[in-house]
Amino acid sequence: MAAGAPGGGSTVANTYEKARTWLLLPSWLVLLGLSLIPVIMMLVYSFLTKEFRGGVIWEFSLAAYDQFFFDRGLFGDEPPSIEWTYITIFWRSFWQAGTATLLSLAIGFPTAYFIATRPAGSRAIWVFLITIPYWVNLLIRTVSMKFLLRDQGPLNQVLMSLGLIDSPLHMVNTNFAVQLGLFYSYLPFMVLPIYAAVERYDFSLSEAAADLYASRWVTLRRVLLPAVKPGIIAGCILVFVPSLGSFLAPDLLGGAKNYMIGSLIEEQFKGNAGNWPFGAAASMILLTIVLIILLLFARQQTRHERKEA
Amino acid sequence: MARQDNAIDVRNAVKRYGSFTALKEVSLSIKDNEFFTLLGPSGCGKTTLLRMIAGFEDVSHGSIHLYGQEIENLPPNQRPVNTVFQSYALFPHLNVLDNVAFGVEMKGASQSEARSKARQMLELVQLSDFSARKPSQLSGGQQQRVALARALAPQPKVLLLDEPLSALDLKLRKAMQLELKHLQRETGITFIFVTHDQEEALTMSDRIAVMSAGELQQLGTPREIYESPRNVFVADFIGETNLLTVVVKEIRDGNAICQLDGGHELHCNEVAGIGVGSSVHLSLRPERVFISDKPRESKSLQGKVSENIFIGTDITTIVNLTDGPTFTVRTSNSDRGSKGIFEPGSDVYVNMEPGAARLLID
Ligand SMILES: Nc1ncnc2c1ncn2[C@@H]1O[C@H](COP(=O)(O)OP(=O)(O)OP(=O)(O)O)[C@@H](O)[C@H]1O
Ligand SMILES: [Mg+2]
Repeated sequence: MAAGAPGGGSTVANTYEKARTWLLLPSWLVLLGLSLIPVIMMLVYSFLTKEFRGGVIWEFSLAAYDQFFFDRGLFGDEPPSIEWTYITIFWRSFWQAGTATLLSLAIGFPTAYFIATRPAGSRAIWVFLITIPYWVNLLIRTVSMKFLLRDQGPLNQVLMSLGLIDSPLHMVNTNFAVQLGLFYSYLPFMVLPIYAAVERYDFSLSEAAADLYASRWVTLRRVLLPAVKPGIIAGCILVFVPSLGSFLAPDLLGGAKNYMIGSLIEEQFKGNAGNWPFGAAASMILLTIVLIILLLFARQQTRHERKEA
Repeated sequence: MARQDNAIDVRNAVKRYGSFTALKEVSLSIKDNEFFTLLGPSGCGKTTLLRMIAGFEDVSHGSIHLYGQEIENLPPNQRPVNTVFQSYALFPHLNVLDNVAFGVEMKGASQSEARSKARQMLELVQLSDFSARKPSQLSGGQQQRVALARALAPQPKVLLLDEPLSALDLKLRKAMQLELKHLQRETGITFIFVTHDQEEALTMSDRIAVMSAGELQQLGTPREIYESPRNVFVADFIGETNLLTVVVKEIRDGNAICQLDGGHELHCNEVAGIGVGSSVHLSLRPERVFISDKPRESKSLQGKVSENIFIGTDITTIVNLTDGPTFTVRTSNSDRGSKGIFEPGSDVYVNMEPGAARLLID
């Protein structure tokens, strides 16, 4: 297996060092080829001039960013004022993704806890059950959800026949429908990391807390949650980030009023109406914001830990 | 009613896991301010009993009283009992000080009160300099002391300790045994200590409950248990002994005359329930036997030395009785001058103090 390691290292440690370098090469190539290079391409494209039928002209231009942030009137000859359209779309996207993340956390944490506290033999089955719906294509799942939520759909019919409501609730084309769609699309990404963390949790710590007069609620808050925090953070990131860029759920369940970043970007690369540099610029802005949030979060985390020590 | 001066009264406690019975009708009383030990081999139910007292396992049948109050239906966080866990179970995200302060704060003290109490406790276990460290930055012995301080800080009525010393090396373990004993004296808290190490139990305890297979075998002071084991299990489990199969020949004036294989005869005290003709076990501690080159009295047993084993403070001599069982004799090193050492192959006589041999019920 370690054929990549050239012989002739003077010591064993040296040989291992070399082998490690070679064996790590594939992952470096994947990281470089599949994330760094595309990001660089996007960065470059965002500074090019748009070609009207899609594609780009290789000429430097700030037009894409200008269009994102400034309004220069219909013919581009008025003095610039701030363009609110896209900022609003961004803001709404963050709001929707954030709500969907909290919803996933609220449902995902108890689910993960439940699975992790089953007897060891049956946990795999529960995890398997959680993932079953995700074997169906996302598009089909989202369309089905729209069907369920329709005014004449099964959900409204059940609620009406139970006498809980008199007239159908309008759920399609609302913020709620989008949040529900996003929540449903990404729930396993919340459950699985939290499950992994709770499974590794040493439950004798909970016993110790109870032994030291802590109620169940206090034990949860002061002992269990701090111990599984890395899993919760991972789950939140894994749900929040793709929700932010998602376009299926907002398109199908939200309608025009609930347009999100994903749809905005997607349109720029679709058909003749597109504007590649603008799509690339919007992606870059999104990427930058997400990175800044994650960095701020990480910094606050380490500062908090340093303060503890 | 429960007697008020007992710290814990366990009455007919039964614990079942499905069809398996881990504890079979155990009854015992633990006195106030006592260093009490649960001793027994692995799997005998010590931890189960301790966890029932702490409230982590429910009682299938029977009752548990704490200073007269029935507690078996109280959740763990309402029992004035604290535990030192075998794995310590220190909170990894809290530093040493906050670990120790945790229980005090949960009992209603303010954070600053709890911390000052925690500082006192850390001083008591000599860890004041480590209060800002995380548990992962401590050695096993230090973690153990933190666990002890954490459990003592809220001033429980009873402290439960589940094999707290088993992870430590021999030297540290001996030191901690003394420290624990002192702590118990100083704090006046009732300690219930679990161990499977009989030597540890004998050194530390006021009283010992010997358990086996979910049953209480004997309860008594270390001396009672060592010198007057009630049955074969206790005699065999506690200390070293010569366990011999004998037939009771005759009972006269409270004396039972027993016959060993090879026709040797031994005298011991009569025991209720063992009659003439029964084949029973007899225990004879190696240090209560001595050897000589001439018979001391008519009761001396004749044999041949097969081996001498040097074990530090003592010398163990193995003697094969003529046509009979093997005997282990222990001579203290300081006595070797007066009692003499016999080379392997020497013909010797085995003698014993009166009352040294004990008949056992099975
Ligand atoms: N949750 C459980 N389910 C089923 N059986 C159990 C459970 N917990 C303990 N037992 C069984 O109960 C018996 C007593 O266990 P316990 O842990 O009390 O032993 P112990 O005396 O503490 O042993 P050790 O010295 O090894 O710690 C064992 O046979 C064990 O297998
Ligand atoms: Mg145990």
